[in-house]
Order: sequence, then structure tokens, then C-alpha cells
Amino acid sequence: MDVSSKYLQHAVEEIASLPGIGKKTALRLALHLLKRTKSEVEHFSGSIAQMKEHIQFCQKCGNISDEEKCGICSNPRRDPQVVCVVEDLRDVMAIEATQQFNGLYHVLGGVISPMDGIGPGDLNIASLLSRIEDDKVNEVILALSVTMEGDTTGFYLYKKIHQLGIEVSSIARGVSIGDELQYTDELTLGRSIIQRRPYEQV
Amino acid sequence: MILKSLSLVNFKNYEEAVLEPNSNVNCFIGENGQGKTNVLDAIYYLAFCKSFFNPIDSQNIRHDQSFFVIQGTFVRSKKDENYFCGIKKGQKKQFKRNKKEYEKLSEHIGRIPLVMISPADSFLITDGSESRRKFVDGVIAQFNKSYLDNLLNYQRALSQRNALLKSFAENRNFDADSLAIWNEKLITFGEPIHRERHNFLEEFIPLFQKHYKKITENAENVNLKYSSAMNEKNLQELLEEFLGKDQALRYTTQGIHKDDLTFEIDKYPLKKFGSQGQQKSFVIALKFAQFEFIRLKKGTMPLLLLDDIFDKLDSKRVEAIIEMVSTDDFGQIFITDTNMERIKPILKKIKKAYQLFDVIEGGVQNHE
Ligand SMILES: [Zn+2]
Repeated sequence: MDVSSKYLQHAVEEIASLPGIGKKTALRLALHLLKRTKSEVEHFSGSIAQMKEHIQFCQKCGNISDEEKCGICSNPRRDPQVVCVVEDLRDVMAIEATQQFNGLYHVLGGVISPMDGIGPGDLNIASLLSRIEDDKVNEVILALSVTMEGDTTGFYLYKKIHQLGIEVSSIARGVSIGDELQYTDELTLGRSIIQRRPYEQV
Repeated sequence: MILKSLSLVNFKNYEEAVLEPNSNVNCFIGENGQGKTNVLDAIYYLAFCKSFFNPIDSQNIRHDQSFFVIQGTFVRSKKDENYFCGIKKGQKKQFKRNKKEYEKLSEHIGRIPLVMISPADSFLITDGSESRRKFVDGVIAQFNKSYLDNLLNYQRALSQRNALLKSFAENRNFDADSLAIWNEKLITFGEPIHRERHNFLEEFIPLFQKHYKKITENAENVNLKYSSAMNEKNLQELLEEFLGKDQALRYTTQGIHKDDLTFEIDKYPLKKFGSQGQQKSFVIALKFAQFEFIRLKKGTMPLLLLDDIFDKLDSKRVEAIIEMVSTDDFGQIFITDTNMERIKPILKKIKKAYQLFDVIEGGVQNHE
């Protein structure tokens, strides 16, 4: 793209590096920002820098957090002995939106998929197992996508957790096969958490 | 099921053609390269949404044109059904039933039961085991929807397991728990596939033998054998037993992806010991058995397309085949051949109505 200012060109290139944004859209957004006041734009860029600066991953569950421990893990009204295992933090948001779950979460950070080079060691599995023992967790709910990889990861975790003598359940499969959890509607997802079943019967 | 009318625009070497087939036997006669096979391929397109010969849609468009259209009207239990297939360069394939476009082409597959027999089928004998598995899978999938799902899932689990074996080798490590979860998937999806293939062949083999006998007038004993390590041991045992080999080769050596169908003639392998004529009769009998199997399972009479199959067969066998397909076990037939003098006297002998078409340079005309 040939523009008259190298500053504009740099801004367009940065914006276009975001997923789903092409050069044309990037130019439109950059020109829009140019029309705003200086303080508005400082606020805009500052909030992005601050987000990167301050957000950390909860040491307990792996969810995003402003503190060492996230708001869910540090909430005394939630039951720390029930842990719901999910793939990523969008799943935490989806389940929280149902308001049907009062335990804590554990974010794996993905699912086992050798084709994508992801093995158990690349996921937060060791921290889950040590947490189960340390916190005296008595129930683990697997809320993984109903894809082959979600399923296999569930089976892997079941075998590890079952050895510890802990009850493992899986969310009821009102979720249709091949569905990613975060795209399931709230009602279905909320119901499937309440109607969770022992893993063996799935 | 009967094809009542067919119209082509810019399909292969046809600029425009309209024909109204007979509901019994139709013969397209012409020299090679005139376009008689293309008529059959157009009918095949309406059944399978693709060409029998060339999988790249745009290459089936007439030279220097930008689109083709195939339209056909079929009659099913006295009701007309219209099908439309349109290909335009650079655009998505259009496929409509009664003017309504399908959401997924897979909804259409199986709706128009059809079997095509062509000289190209000899790949079943000459090619590797994959071609024979595809033949078996194609027949089973036509009436068993979960079979196809199991196959796709099996394929995915297999790719994952192979990727894992490769990463073990590259990182010089091994983790039995990681392997076990993929073994479990292969077993979950592979065992039912093995069972279905086994059950299918139990029903299919007698049909095949019956047809071979009819075509050849009891000439030789032929057999199909389902060869699979899973006939003896279950997949769990096999995966354990061959783990060392799998690790060394970095891929999965056991499972339904290694199955094969063995062709035998008088107890010898057909590929080595069968004459050209015997091999040809063998493949035709396989396809006739497929035809009968679909007819029995679906309860609808499939269309039968016979493309140039009489070449290299003696006139006695040609007569036997035409006699067979003009019985009530078969429905509407489409035949191509180069030799009017050979086919005419044979057709005159059969009890069914027939229509001859002359095919010359991309034009089809009723032969009086
Ligand atoms: Zn937390």
C-alpha cells in the first residue's frame, strides 16, 4: 500500500497483523483513529499496553486474572472441592454465563493432538493432578469439546484421575457431536452441567 | 428408477443434446471419440455429483466454454423428479433437486441408485488393496450411514496415532498412556467396520458367484476372500503384538486400513492366473453383484450403465450378458458399443423393448 505518511503506514501494518483484518479494513480503522482526539487515542493504546502488562494467568486454575489467583478461585462462596476441567478460558466464560456451576475451574490450554504436536506434557495436566491431591478435590467434571481430540483427552484424564480414587464425571452430551463447547447455547450447556454423568457411562 | 429425459449443454464434446431414453434398453453406437461414453458420464454425474472419469469438474466443460449444464428427469414410483447439475468456472458446483439446491451434496448420494461398468474397472484387479477397500466401502456406505462416520473417525484416529509414533521416534521417547487413548479410538471405530465388512461379504459373495456362473456358463469356480488380520485376532491384541514394528516403521501396521479382498479363480490368484477374458468376466460379475445388492437393500431398481464392456469378449459372452440384463432382475440399461452389426441381432432376440442411438461428433440421434 502506498500512503503519504510512514507513520500511517506503520499503524496500518500493525492493525492488519490482527486476525481477520485485511489491509483495507486496517486503513479504515487507522484513519478513524486519526480523526479522534489525542487523549482518546492515548487511552486506547494505553489500555492495550496495560492489558498485556498486568494480566497474568491464575496460578491455581490457569484462567486469566489480575492477581496471582483469579476472582473465581479466590471467591470463598465457591466450592473448591469440585473442579471443572475445560480447554481454554473462553469455555470458562461460556460456563460462567450459564450460572449453573459453583465449583472451580481448571484450564488445560488445549487438547491432546499429536498431529498438531500437542502431547499431555504441553497441557496443564501435571498441575491438575497435584491440585487434586493438595486441595482434597472430591469431584472432577470434564467439560471438553465433543470432538475426537476432546474425547481422547477426557479418556486420558479419566485414567489418571481415577487412579487417585476421585470421582470423574463428564458433562451430559446434549452438546451435539463435533461441537466446540464455547459455541453451544447457554441453556443446553447449563443443563448439561447439572445432568453430568459418571465418566464410565458416557 | 427410470431416466425419462436428459439434456446437456457444453458438457464435454456436446454443445447441446436432448434425448429421451427408452425405459428398458438403450444402446449408443458410434466410433471411438464421438462422445457415446460422455452420455453415460452425464447420467453418472446426476447420480454421484461428479464424473466417473475426471474428478476435476471444470475439465468436463466443453472446449473454450465457461460452463456446462446437465439436466435429467427421473421417474420414481410414477412421480417425476428433476435434477440439475451446473458447473461454472470459478464458482461453486450447483446441484438441485426439483429446483431446490442441496445444502450438502452428500444428501444427494444414494438418491439415484446407479451402477456403472466400464473397462476402467480393471483397476480393481491391477491396483493396490485401497481400490478394493473403496469398492467394498462404497457399497456398504450406500445403505449404512454410520459406516461412513466410523470410517472417517477411524481415519482421523489413525492419523493421530501415526503422528504420535513419529514423534516418539523423533524425540526418542515413549509414553504408553498417550498411545493407549488412540488405540482405544481405533478399536472403537475399527471393530464395527470389520464386522460390517465381514457381514457384507457373507451376503455378497454368493451373489457374486451366481453372476459369474451365469456370465460364463459355469466355466470356473471363483471366490472372494476377506483378508484381514482381524479375522483371527481382535485389534487390541494386534496393536499390542505389533507395537515394536509400528514404532520401528513409525506408522500403524495393523487395522482395517490394511484389509484386502483376494480374488481367486479355481483357487489361484486371479491377477496372475486369470486370462484377460476371465478377468473381465470377474469384474463384470462383481459389478452385477453390487447392482443386485443395492437393489435388494434399497428396494429400488438401480440404473445400469455398461460402457464399452464388450470389447475383448467373445460374442457368446456378449449375448449371455445382454440376455441377463434384459431380464426382470434389471431395469433401465444404457449400453455403449462401437459395433452396430454385432449388437443389432443380439438385441432383436431379447424380449424387451430397446432403442438404438447413433452418436456422431457430439450429436445423438435415434437410429431408425
Ligand atoms: Zn483461578
